[in-house]
Amino acid sequence: MRGVVFQNALEAVVINTAALLLTLVGFGIFVWMFGVDPFAVYRTLYLGAFETRISIETTLTQAAPLMLTALCTAIPARAGLLIIGGEGALVMGGLATVLVGVLLDGVPFALCVILLGLAGMMGGGLWIGAVGALRQYRGVNEIIATLLMNYIAIAVLNHLVSGPIRDFTRVVKAASWSIPEYMMVGTLPGIDVHWGLAVGVVACLLLYILMRRTTFGFAIDILGGNQRAAQMAGLPINQMVITACFIGGACAGLAGTMEVIAVHGFASDSLVVGFGYAGILIAFLARQNPFAVILVAILLGGIQASGGLLQRRFDLPDATTTVLQGMLFVVVLASNTLYGRFRFFQGKDG
Amino acid sequence: MEGATQLGWWGVLIAVIGGALRVSTPYLFVSLGETLTEKGGRINLGLEGILMMGAMSGYGIAVLTGNPWFGVLVAGCAGALLGLLHGLICNLPRVNDTAVGISLFIFGTGLAFFLGKPFIQPSAPRLPDIALGAWSALPQIRSALQVNVLFIIGVILVPVLSWSLKNTRWGMILRTVGDSSDAAKALGYHVNRVRTLGTMVGGFLAGIGGSFLSLYYPGTWNEGLSSGQGLMAVALVIFARWNPVYCFGVALLFGGATALGPALQTVGITSNYYLYGAAPYFLTLVLLIHSSSTKHSLAGAPSELSINR
Repeated sequence: MRGVVFQNALEAVVINTAALLLTLVGFGIFVWMFGVDPFAVYRTLYLGAFETRISIETTLTQAAPLMLTALCTAIPARAGLLIIGGEGALVMGGLATVLVGVLLDGVPFALCVILLGLAGMMGGGLWIGAVGALRQYRGVNEIIATLLMNYIAIAVLNHLVSGPIRDFTRVVKAASWSIPEYMMVGTLPGIDVHWGLAVGVVACLLLYILMRRTTFGFAIDILGGNQRAAQMAGLPINQMVITACFIGGACAGLAGTMEVIAVHGFASDSLVVGFGYAGILIAFLARQNPFAVILVAILLGGIQASGGLLQRRFDLPDATTTVLQGMLFVVVLASNTLYGRFRFFQGKDG
Repeated sequence: MEGATQLGWWGVLIAVIGGALRVSTPYLFVSLGETLTEKGGRINLGLEGILMMGAMSGYGIAVLTGNPWFGVLVAGCAGALLGLLHGLICNLPRVNDTAVGISLFIFGTGLAFFLGKPFIQPSAPRLPDIALGAWSALPQIRSALQVNVLFIIGVILVPVLSWSLKNTRWGMILRTVGDSSDAAKALGYHVNRVRTLGTMVGGFLAGIGGSFLSLYYPGTWNEGLSSGQGLMAVALVIFARWNPVYCFGVALLFGGATALGPALQTVGITSNYYLYGAAPYFLTLVLLIHSSSTKHSLAGAPSELSINR
């Protein structure tokens, strides 16, 4: 059994690495067509992502919310649902955090942080959990529902920060009231990366254990493999789907909380920067495995972190990293066809 | 029709109808294209990316050549190319077509922003429109009935596609492939080839829908141009039961919903602007919830479609 798990992991690593290399070649040709030296671009990607202490810190700061939004797709995907509502769940989590944070003024710091985290998790969890319920009880397609709910969440955010909870002392950009200063959690000890990283890593590890080592995780995998088989086995399918959606949404909501209490201090359209959509890509690259999400999120965080440097040095448009991510996503999905094709990775019993 | 000053709520209604005629065109093209794609048994969620590529390439070509119609054509071709990419990747075994759609959504949007950067400043020639409201003395009615030529082409496409799907050989093949790939194989058709073609034609129409955004209404190219019309069109097709005629009706409904916010602004209701802006998404969601069921698959749904299995 252990051998099979190892072989599967090796197969995923080899195929994903090949996909990444192919994407880099394709991206190199793409920038070369615009008169940019591809090798200089690769060099800059590495420099901006992993070479210096500052670039590593930027990478990890980017990776923190990505881990959590990736879980929003990965956990429901294990139960057989394709959830792409991480963007909206993050926004709802951020909004819930601000609203609760303003109410809690005066409450001791430690208690506050826990309550704010719970608020964010409830905001995101209920948002995506509702989609799970709609899918189970009404047959509503979860892909389209979550896409629409992203737009609805952003509209709610824009509505609230343009009036009802707007901080009118900020004139440059519409933003909500700020949470009290003392609730900000700041950075991790010894490294200039905010606490969201620790929260993201812990969430990934906890969910890895939940998925791999508990009956619940096993049951979710059965459900994802074959819903009818799960039904025959007498599993409470509806509750399980809704729980998986709630967990996923709660993770994305927590990402919103961390963006508020560790970075911005308020809610604004700074929450809507594509963390949710990048999270979908990470979940697919990690093959919905919460542990692999940590590593892939750092890789993708590196691409996002080096984006700014890439723009400045080569005068490329800011959508350059989106093109790279899109290419990677397309290639990774196409590479799904390769699984199980190579004898080398198949166990003796498989 | 006493006077233009006393229109009040009638003015809102006229503005919504005018908006419906104007805003519905991209919905109409995208949903007609997606109907063809889905009738063949594939779902393309990348239409949002295709819409952006169409908007960008149409605008860019119109700026460079000075001819908007050439832009429309190129926009369609760009859409067809992305559709081809979707089709080819989905032809590989064990590849999930909905996920590929999402990846094309990100890729197409990124590519459009990347290539479209130089075209944000220059202005392109606009597509012509026809004044159907010339009979009226009311300026509101006249501006509401300024109908774009692309809209009229879309309206003509509705019965044409509806009839072709039912009666032509191509329509039959497409529907057979969408309803049972085994039956299609037994009849000797290349299932993957037909589906790829269906996705390409769908992409072509969606690209044209995108060029409408940049070349007529709102009529500029910028990164906030499309706000999910491509995604909503996918839901719209489900609600329209894969029927081109219903697509037309639903597209008008969505256009009207999109126009609600700006129309209310004309009578001085400016609060809750963003909430009215969310009306089409909310409407889509409500319609989707209303029209879904766990008990049976939807009438008219192609049975090979992955979201129905």
